[in-house]
Amino acid sequence: MQQEEPNKYVKELTQEKYKYGFTTEVHTEVIEKGLNEDTIRLISFKKGEPEWLLEFRLKAYRHWLTMEMPTWPHLRIPEIDYQSISYYADPTKKKEGPKSMEEVDPELIKTFNKLGIPLEEQMALSGIAVDAVMDSVSVKTTFKDTLMEKGIIFCSFSEAVREHPDLIKKYLGSVVGYRDNYFAALNSAVFSDGSFVYIPKGVRCPMELSTYFRINAANTGQFERTLIVADDDSYVSYLEGCTAPMRDENQLHAAIVEIIVHDRAEVKYSTVQNWYPGDAEGKGGVYNFVTKRGNCKGAGSKLSWTQVETGSAITWKYPSCILTGDNSTAEFYSVAVTNNYQQADTGTKMIHLGRNTRSTIVSKGISAGRSENSYRGLVRVAEKAENARNYSQCDSLLLGDKCGAHTFPYMDIRNETAVVEHEATTSKISEDQIFYCNQRGINTEDAVGLIVNGYAKEVLNKLPMEFAVEAQKLLSISLEGSVG
Amino acid sequence: MLEIKDLHASINGKEILKGINLSVKPGEIHAIMGPNGSGKSTLSSVLVGNPMFEVTKGSVEFSGKDLLELSPEDRSHEGIFLSFQYPVEIPGVSMVNFMRAAVNEQRKYKELPPLSASEFLKVMREKRAIVELDSKLANRSVNEGFSGGEKKRNEIFQMAMLEPKLSILDETDSGLDIDALRIVAEGVNKLKSPENSCIVITHYQRLLDYIKPDVVHVLYNGRIVKTAGPELALELEEKGYDWIKKELGE
Repeated sequence: MQQEEPNKYVKELTQEKYKYGFTTEVHTEVIEKGLNEDTIRLISFKKGEPEWLLEFRLKAYRHWLTMEMPTWPHLRIPEIDYQSISYYADPTKKKEGPKSMEEVDPELIKTFNKLGIPLEEQMALSGIAVDAVMDSVSVKTTFKDTLMEKGIIFCSFSEAVREHPDLIKKYLGSVVGYRDNYFAALNSAVFSDGSFVYIPKGVRCPMELSTYFRINAANTGQFERTLIVADDDSYVSYLEGCTAPMRDENQLHAAIVEIIVHDRAEVKYSTVQNWYPGDAEGKGGVYNFVTKRGNCKGAGSKLSWTQVETGSAITWKYPSCILTGDNSTAEFYSVAVTNNYQQADTGTKMIHLGRNTRSTIVSKGISAGRSENSYRGLVRVAEKAENARNYSQCDSLLLGDKCGAHTFPYMDIRNETAVVEHEATTSKISEDQIFYCNQRGINTEDAVGLIVNGYAKEVLNKLPMEFAVEAQKLLSISLEGSVG
Repeated sequence: MLEIKDLHASINGKEILKGINLSVKPGEIHAIMGPNGSGKSTLSSVLVGNPMFEVTKGSVEFSGKDLLELSPEDRSHEGIFLSFQYPVEIPGVSMVNFMRAAVNEQRKYKELPPLSASEFLKVMREKRAIVELDSKLANRSVNEGFSGGEKKRNEIFQMAMLEPKLSILDETDSGLDIDALRIVAEGVNKLKSPENSCIVITHYQRLLDYIKPDVVHVLYNGRIVKTAGPELALELEEKGYDWIKKELGE
C-alpha cells in the first residue's frame, strides 16, 4: 500500500500538471522542412532582410556545416535530423508583424490570455511591457510608445532590423559569434524573430520588459534571438518566459541572447523556463540548446542572470558573463529542476578580464524521478585581471534515489591576486522530514513545496515580485508526486 | 477519547506491538514507561501513522473516528500531536513559514479561513512565551542548528500552536538538562485542560515529578503488563524493571 499510493499520485499529476500543453488553431504559414542555403534565403526573403544580414546567415550556415554536435555535456541526446524540421512558421501570415490589436488574430490573443500574458495594454499587469513571440514571429509588443518617449527601443528583432539597422549591425554577433558553438552557428543561420532592447544613456527603464516565447506549430524549431544593449548609466530589468504545447515528438529550440552593458549600466535578466518537459515516460518535450552571454563592457557595469529552469526534456544552457570593464560585477543565480526523464546540463561561465571584477554564482539543482541534473561552470581569471573575486556555491537536492546530480566546476586562474571560493553541498529530502511535516498537518506535496522553495529561496528572492510567486508555484508543480 | 484495542504492529515483518489495550479519557495524563526496546516509540509512531510501521491487527478509535483509516496529516488535523524524540532539521524552511502552513492547513480542515500574517504572528508571539522560545529561534530554519533542549522546547511550542486534543510526548525528557526539563514540563502543564489528554512516554521518573500522571502503564515486550496510579512510577524508579520481568515469570 505504501508503494502503490505515491505511484498513483505521480500518475495523476503527470497527466495534468503541464497546464500550458494546449495548441492554438490558427492558420500558420510553415515553410517546407529541410535545411539548405535556399531555406536560409527564403527565411531572409520572407522577412525582407537587407543583403548584409543574409550574408551573415549564410556565413554562419557554411560554418555550421563544418561543425559537429558537442558531446561533452552530461546528456544523452538522441540524434537530431535537421532535415526533418521546418525552420520558419508564421502564425500571423502577414508580411509584416501586426501594427495594432485589430490586426492580431483573435485566436492568438486568446492563446496569450490563456497563458496569463495580456496583450492589451490596459490589461497589462502593473506596467510590464511584453513582446510576445509565437513560433518564428513576434505577435505583438506592448507599451512601445510609452517607452519610445524615453528613447527606449523595445521591439521585435525583425522590426529592429528594418528600423534600427545600424544598432543591429554594430552589436549582432558581437558577444556570441556565429563560430562560437554548434547551436550558435545554427541559430545565426536560421534565426527567425526575438526581441531587441536598447536603453539610451542615463535612462532607467521605468517598467519591466518581458518577452514571452511560445512554440505552437508542430515539427518546427524555434530559433529566436535577443539582443539587449544598455548604454552608459542606464538600467533595465528584463524577463523571459517560455511554454510549448504537449507533443509526442520533440521540438527543437536553439536561441541566442546577447547583452552588452556599457559604463556603469546595469542589466538584470530573469528567465522562467517552462518548455514542455515531456511526459512521465520521457516521451516528447523540448530540446533546449541555448547560448546566453553578456559582456560587461563598460567600467563599473553590472549584469545579473537569474534563471528558474523547470521545463524542457533536455536543457543545455550556460548564461555567461565576460567581465571586460574594470570594476564590473556579474551574478548568476539559478534553480534547475528535473523530474521524470528530464536532463539538464546547465551553469555559467565567468570570464574576468578587467581589474577589480567580481562575480557570484549561486546554483541550486533539484533532481527527482529518473532525471539527471548537472551543474557545469567555468571561472576564468585572465593574466591582467588584478584583484578578481569569485564566489561560487553549488547545491544539489535529491528527491528519491533514481535521479542523479553532478557538479563540474572548472577554474582557470592566471593572476595570483585572484580570490576564488567554491562551496558545494548535496542533500536529500528525507522521509523523516516529510513525515515530520505530515504530523504537523502538512500533506506530502505541500511539504515538498515548502522544502524546495526554502532551498531555492536565495535564488527566487532575486526575481521580480510577480515572477517570484509564479516561479514558486512552478517549482511545487514540477515536483508534485515525486516523493512518496 | 482514545480507545486502543488489541493493537498489533510490525516493522519489516518483525512484530513489535503484540496486543496493546489502552483507554485514555479527556483531561487524563497517562505515562507509559518501560525498558528499551519494549515498543514505546513504536506505539507513538503507529498512533500518528508513520508509514514505516504496519498495523497487522486491532483497532484504534479517536474521538469516535477510526484513526487507522486516516492519513498522518488528517490525524494531525483531528488533534493528535507527537512531540518527536528526535525532531528533524528542515534547512531553508523558516519556523514562521512552517508553522503558518501547519496552522492554516488545520484551519482549512476545520473549514475556517486562514489567519492573516499579522494575526498569525500575534498568536506565535503569545505561544512562544509559554516555552520561553527566543524570537531568534522562531526566525531560523526548522530545528536547524538548535541544541537538544531548544529542539524539545520547539516541539512544545508547536504543540501550543496546534492546540491538540491528544499530545504524545515521546521521551521529551531525553537529552534535557534540569532547567530545560522544567521549562518544557511547565509548558506542557500550562497547556493542560479538562478536554485535552496527554500520553507521556519516558524511561524515568524525573519528568513525572513535573508532569503528574493520572495513570502509569508499563510496556514490556509489546504489551502493557502493568497499570496503576502514579506510585508505580516511583516504584519503578527505585527497583528498576527486573521485578516486573520476574512477576511475569521470565
